[in-house]
Amino acid sequence: MPLRTTPFHPRTAPLNQAQDWRRWSGFLVASAYELTHEREYWAIRSAAALLDVSPLYKYRVIGPDAGRLLDRVVTRNVAKCSVGQVMYTPWCDDDGKVMDDGTVARLGDDVYRMTAAEPNLRWLHQHSRRLNVEVADESDAVAALAVQGPNARAVVSMASEQDLADLRFFRVTHATIAGVAVTISRTGYTGDLGYEIWIPQEGARQVWDALVRVGKPWGLTPAGMLALDMARIEAGLILIDVDYVPARRAIIELRKSSPFELNLAWTVKLDKSGFVGRPALLAERDRRPTWQLRGLAIEWESLEEVYAEFRLPPQVPTAAWRVSRPVYAMGGQVGYATSGCWSPLLKKYITLAHLEAPYAAAGTELMVEVTAEHRRRKARAQVVDLPFFYPDRKRA
Amino acid sequence: MSASTYDAIVIGGGHNGLVNAAYLARAGKRVLVLERRHVVGGAAVTEEVHPGFKYSVCSYVVSLLRPEIIRDLDLSRHGLEILPLESTMTPMPNGDYLARWADRDQTRRELYRHSPRDADAYDDFGSLMYQLAFAVKPILEMIPPDPTSVSVRDLRALFRLGRHFQSLGAQRFHELHKLMTMSAADYLAEWFETDVLKATLSASGIIGTFLGPRSPGTAYVLLHHYMGELDGVFRAWGFAKGGTGAVSEAIAASAQSFGAEVRLESTVQEVTVRDGRAVGVVLQNGDEYAAKLVVSALDPRRTFLGLLDRSHLPEDLLTDIERFRIRGSSGKVNLALDALPDFTCLPGTGPHHRGAISISPSIDYLERAYDDAKYGAFSRRPYVDMIMPSMIDPSMAPPGKHVMSCFVQYAPFALNGGWSPERREAFGDAVIDAIAEYAPNLKDIILHRQVVTPADMEMEFGLTEGNIFHGELALNQLFFLRPTAEWARYTTPIAGYYQCGSGTHPGGGITGQPGRLAALKILGKLK
Ligand SMILES: Cc1cc2nc3c(=O)[nH]c(=O)nc-3n(C[C@H](O)[C@H](O)[C@H](O)COP(=O)(O)OP(=O)(O)OC[C@H]3O[C@@H](n4cnc5c(N)ncnc54)[C@H](O)[C@@H]3O)c2cc1C
Repeated sequence: MPLRTTPFHPRTAPLNQAQDWRRWSGFLVASAYELTHEREYWAIRSAAALLDVSPLYKYRVIGPDAGRLLDRVVTRNVAKCSVGQVMYTPWCDDDGKVMDDGTVARLGDDVYRMTAAEPNLRWLHQHSRRLNVEVADESDAVAALAVQGPNARAVVSMASEQDLADLRFFRVTHATIAGVAVTISRTGYTGDLGYEIWIPQEGARQVWDALVRVGKPWGLTPAGMLALDMARIEAGLILIDVDYVPARRAIIELRKSSPFELNLAWTVKLDKSGFVGRPALLAERDRRPTWQLRGLAIEWESLEEVYAEFRLPPQVPTAAWRVSRPVYAMGGQVGYATSGCWSPLLKKYITLAHLEAPYAAAGTELMVEVTAEHRRRKARAQVVDLPFFYPDRKRA
Repeated sequence: MSASTYDAIVIGGGHNGLVNAAYLARAGKRVLVLERRHVVGGAAVTEEVHPGFKYSVCSYVVSLLRPEIIRDLDLSRHGLEILPLESTMTPMPNGDYLARWADRDQTRRELYRHSPRDADAYDDFGSLMYQLAFAVKPILEMIPPDPTSVSVRDLRALFRLGRHFQSLGAQRFHELHKLMTMSAADYLAEWFETDVLKATLSASGIIGTFLGPRSPGTAYVLLHHYMGELDGVFRAWGFAKGGTGAVSEAIAASAQSFGAEVRLESTVQEVTVRDGRAVGVVLQNGDEYAAKLVVSALDPRRTFLGLLDRSHLPEDLLTDIERFRIRGSSGKVNLALDALPDFTCLPGTGPHHRGAISISPSIDYLERAYDDAKYGAFSRRPYVDMIMPSMIDPSMAPPGKHVMSCFVQYAPFALNGGWSPERREAFGDAVIDAIAEYAPNLKDIILHRQVVTPADMEMEFGLTEGNIFHGELALNQLFFLRPTAEWARYTTPIAGYYQCGSGTHPGGGITGQPGRLAALKILGKLK
């Protein structure tokens, strides 16, 4: 088969009722397992969902200078990352424009795992000159599952026969599931309580089976990308190629974004010296970024008005969309929304949007273009600080 | 002189001459095309040399044919269909292969097998080439400005060009500079470590040149391969249904639909010049035709030195044209096959048979092939780029049979001792041997073979010194220097005499652009 399947494919394929697959980094992954993705979405928010996230790129960075290499590349301060800690971070090109985002997990004194959405082996090699460090691509060797939702702790604790109550948000630990040595991190892409389990690919199916077995009473449900996409928008988590164009693929400057413009100022540690893009980012901080990524909540009443013209109730999308839509203020266009969905939980129509800085304050009234009966209309929307949804359990 | 006078006579029914005629006719001009051979197309021609098997005798793939020409001349209505050629496969001496497929994920996976780093680099390389091709493209679309002229039009064009280069930004400008000065091998070495990948990519830098992958200046031609992608032609290379002759035939049909006449087997002997003005042509058989203007679609040597009395031309132009580098270095082998070649590295029939297959195992291999040519021999182990047209368009061969087009370098025009029938066959044998190393069944399935040497290209197709592009695509022979600095804008020192072949901007290949831009220039003047 020209496209690859993940180590879980023998398990996921029979479950995929409509054989509804999508591509992710050259792999086939399920869009949804059931005929509609609604139950899978609710599993994330009300019970626990099991997601195959193996297509993520994973690099093992080892050696006395492993931390220094990562510090050179990413914007977070890896020197401050203690063993057992995970950091979410973007990384930039020389102009301070975001190339990718992912996590750095410190698995041992000189051992890190970096996850990425894009291939980064060459980038890491290019920056490892004169450093005593080895970078290995373990994308294939390591399979990954995410268990996300309020019952995730119970499921993963039982499967690993280990109480995970002490594993704090963005921490990682070694564990054994079904006799397979794995690492478990308290991370995820749903904005809920959740774990990601990193599994040597030979043991992948045993771990899947064990999780499914113990997860049954907890409502553990395999979930596909459609459910995940809605959850991550609610959580205000950006998606590469959808909410931003990675700098190396942007043909024009206009398409590039700095971390400041992506609501990631908190990840940029300008006080650490010498990392890729720092001078440009320093300058940008001083002159203040021109764009801001924010949430927009479209007003229901306004949607009602738009659709009333056609004697229709508001029509909201059943799945998340990923096409850019213009955002207006009174004077004209001031930004664009890059992804959006109807949040079944919040009962709100929400989008992620790039806004010109003066229009980015929470509470600002803007308008988003909606298409009703093939006609362009504008619906009122309020600027919201992200995330839209932030349950206490996420970090507790 | 015949009774009727044409608005324009186009000498040479190659695709550029036909495009030129079609645009002139479309603008309401009375146009006559005079073609020496029994078919139109010149180097873009399909012929049934062996019964039932159609060969694209010379050019075999289409990349840069301008979409506006396809639209303006309604070529799809006249039968033109360009089918995708989706992959390139290079067999390797160790029994492995390197393939690049239409799908990005699939290509990445394949490159990753050879080098994880190169897999990353390939994406970055692709996006940089795309950006640079985008930067260079406006130049190809412009009627070249005369940098020494003070006409408002030229100044404006030059100014636009300058501003355009500024807008690239330092980094891209720097990269463009590297491309223009470095060798393909050196430039690619900055990106990749896999030899077979570098070799296969660099091959596009040497096609049609008398240069090796290590010769400076070959890097620039890499860019040309990304050019086709910018016009909504998302596949860089395509195959014309019916062979490349179908391109010429569609253009001829379009020209005729606009009222142009195309006369075959009419060799022009001389352009008639009266009082410094072209007023018609004389054929080899003595026939004469009168016209208000004459356009030559032949190469610059023929346009200036072949068709005109030297006394009509200024001395420095004569010198420039004599100096214009036009050394042919390529050959072509066309095969009628009883079955498909079976490649040891990918046994059986597979998708690789629908794409290009390249014999370019290493940079050294290509450079050695060049070394032979440098000293006047054909390559003992040549670079070969082949496609199997019958796998894309079954009408090219009888059912179950196949045709194979093999483009070969190097075959120097100035072969030591000259080309002879024996040397031609020896060259053909070298090509077959080179391919058979990777597809051992080849020798047993050949039903017919046609070997085209540069000498044949000159004799049969009127390509001076067998140069496939009417002159090398070297940097000192491009843009406002093609063919010479003074006469780069389709005009000549003789009033009413124009040029529109591949020897003019933007150069060789099945682009139609020289023919089109020359017509636009002429129509501007004719108003
Ligand atoms: C072997 C080979 C392979 C090639 N491969 C490719 C390829 O794969 N892709 C690609 O894009 N390009 C390729 N090219 C280049 C491309 O084919 C040429 O650049 C292009 O076809 C030239 O077109 P033209 O109209 O400018 O000139 P030509 O095609 O050379 O047309 C000139 C015409 O003038 C006629 N003529 C000559 N003298 C006279 C005369 N005195 N009177 C009347 N008529 C005359 C000739 O018969 C000919 O028909 C290849 C060329 C060759 C030779």
